[in-house]
Amino acid sequence: MQTATAGQGAARTPLARFFASTLGRKAVMALTGVVMFGFLLGHLAGNLLMFAGKNATGTAYRMDEYAAQLHSMPALVWGTRVVLLLSVAAHVWVAVSLASMSSAARPVAYKVVKTQQATLASKFMKYGGFLIFAFIVYHLLHFTVGVAHHDFKPGQVYANVVAGFSQPAVSGAYAVAMVSLCLHLYHGLYSFFLTMGFNHPTYTPRIRTGAQVVAVALAAGFLSIPVAVLAGVIKA
Amino acid sequence: MRLTLHVWRQRNGRAEGQFVKYDMPNASEDMSFLEMLDVLNEGLVAQGQDPVAFDHDCREGICGMCGFVINGVPHGPERGTTACQLHMRKFKDGDELWIEPWRASAFPVLKDLSVNRSAFDRIIQAGGFISVHTGSAPDGNALPIAKEASDRAMDAAQCIGCGACVAACPNASASLFTAAKIGHLGLLPQGQPERDRRAVSMVERMNAEGFGHCSNLGECEAACPKEISIEFIARMNRDYLGGAFSQRPAGARIED
Repeated sequence: MQTATAGQGAARTPLARFFASTLGRKAVMALTGVVMFGFLLGHLAGNLLMFAGKNATGTAYRMDEYAAQLHSMPALVWGTRVVLLLSVAAHVWVAVSLASMSSAARPVAYKVVKTQQATLASKFMKYGGFLIFAFIVYHLLHFTVGVAHHDFKPGQVYANVVAGFSQPAVSGAYAVAMVSLCLHLYHGLYSFFLTMGFNHPTYTPRIRTGAQVVAVALAAGFLSIPVAVLAGVIKA
Repeated sequence: MRLTLHVWRQRNGRAEGQFVKYDMPNASEDMSFLEMLDVLNEGLVAQGQDPVAFDHDCREGICGMCGFVINGVPHGPERGTTACQLHMRKFKDGDELWIEPWRASAFPVLKDLSVNRSAFDRIIQAGGFISVHTGSAPDGNALPIAKEASDRAMDAAQCIGCGACVAACPNASASLFTAAKIGHLGLLPQGQPERDRRAVSMVERMNAEGFGHCSNLGECEAACPKEISIEFIARMNRDYLGGAFSQRPAGARIED
């Protein structure tokens, strides 16, 4: 069992002992989560250019100009991708290892399970995480690589998004993913502070409320695009 | 009042356990939960059967010996209460109750509802000593302690080590117990010299015993008969994160 070695750490380095402990792994989860959250903020800001229409001269969509400009800076794009890939890998590794420790810690399940104050979001973390991971793979194949897109035109971000979200099934899949993301972010942002050791009788309840607001706002921001496409507000 | 009980029966740690259904036709609402089980056991003994084993000692809610899961909730439905202080008036006539032991690999079942909680003792042992003068008692008020620190230390020190936090946690984590023990010394001046080392070694012992991680659900806090707050878990995390890299190798010199 993985946990069996954690206590015999006298001969091991502090870093090895840190990564072996549940608290160290939770810190890795919290910090990599915040990196991904930071990316989501930037990603949303860029996506909302879908509402900005064409440029002043009417020659191109602002979204396409932004995408072209972004890809003219390969160091930024690839640097971000590498950091995100490492964050996802560490986040998933920690989640899987902690989940396997949990099931080892309770080999016989209760006949009657009843929670008293755990939120829906907190109970959904594992499943939501899995759904979001599956969504990321699909999303990359859909809008980045294009193989999961029915009419993909490289470089034409605006047209690809409109065509993609015009299919209700695709928009529906995105909606499921964004609801999962909202729940995951709510408990994740709230937990970040507790895991990193911050708790205060005044601020912890405010952090909980703030996490709800941010999670809902972020998911609503992303969802506004497929909704606008289906409603005809954003059209080709 | 009439109750139907489904009690987990397990001969010993190696045997397979199962639920056994018992009819409880004459429970009084004035009985504590343990007294109700005493009546059940008297009936079983009279019929020549093996009584249900469960831990108990003071029956005043302060020793931490009793406890089992009643319908999915450790110590039963009343908050801030041990099973011995839970009265049958909290249940209704005709209720069906599922009674299970704490379920955690670190708390192996000894018999029926009784589990071995020695893992908790080993976590406390891992905390080690504190540097205080022994011998005659110190002068009163010789050591100033802030009122707030003393109050919070006493809140943490209320932990009776019953194990309900582990039982309630979906990860079978002992974080609330360990955090309470780290917190009550860490808040007091007597606990400062070894504070870092104590947090790290108690956390490592907790992991080595096979308890799971904390996912901040707060179920432990809801189940705790002493209503210890998960605030102490954040405090433990802080002490651990600060302490994990503060230890220097023996013999290390400043210029190294």
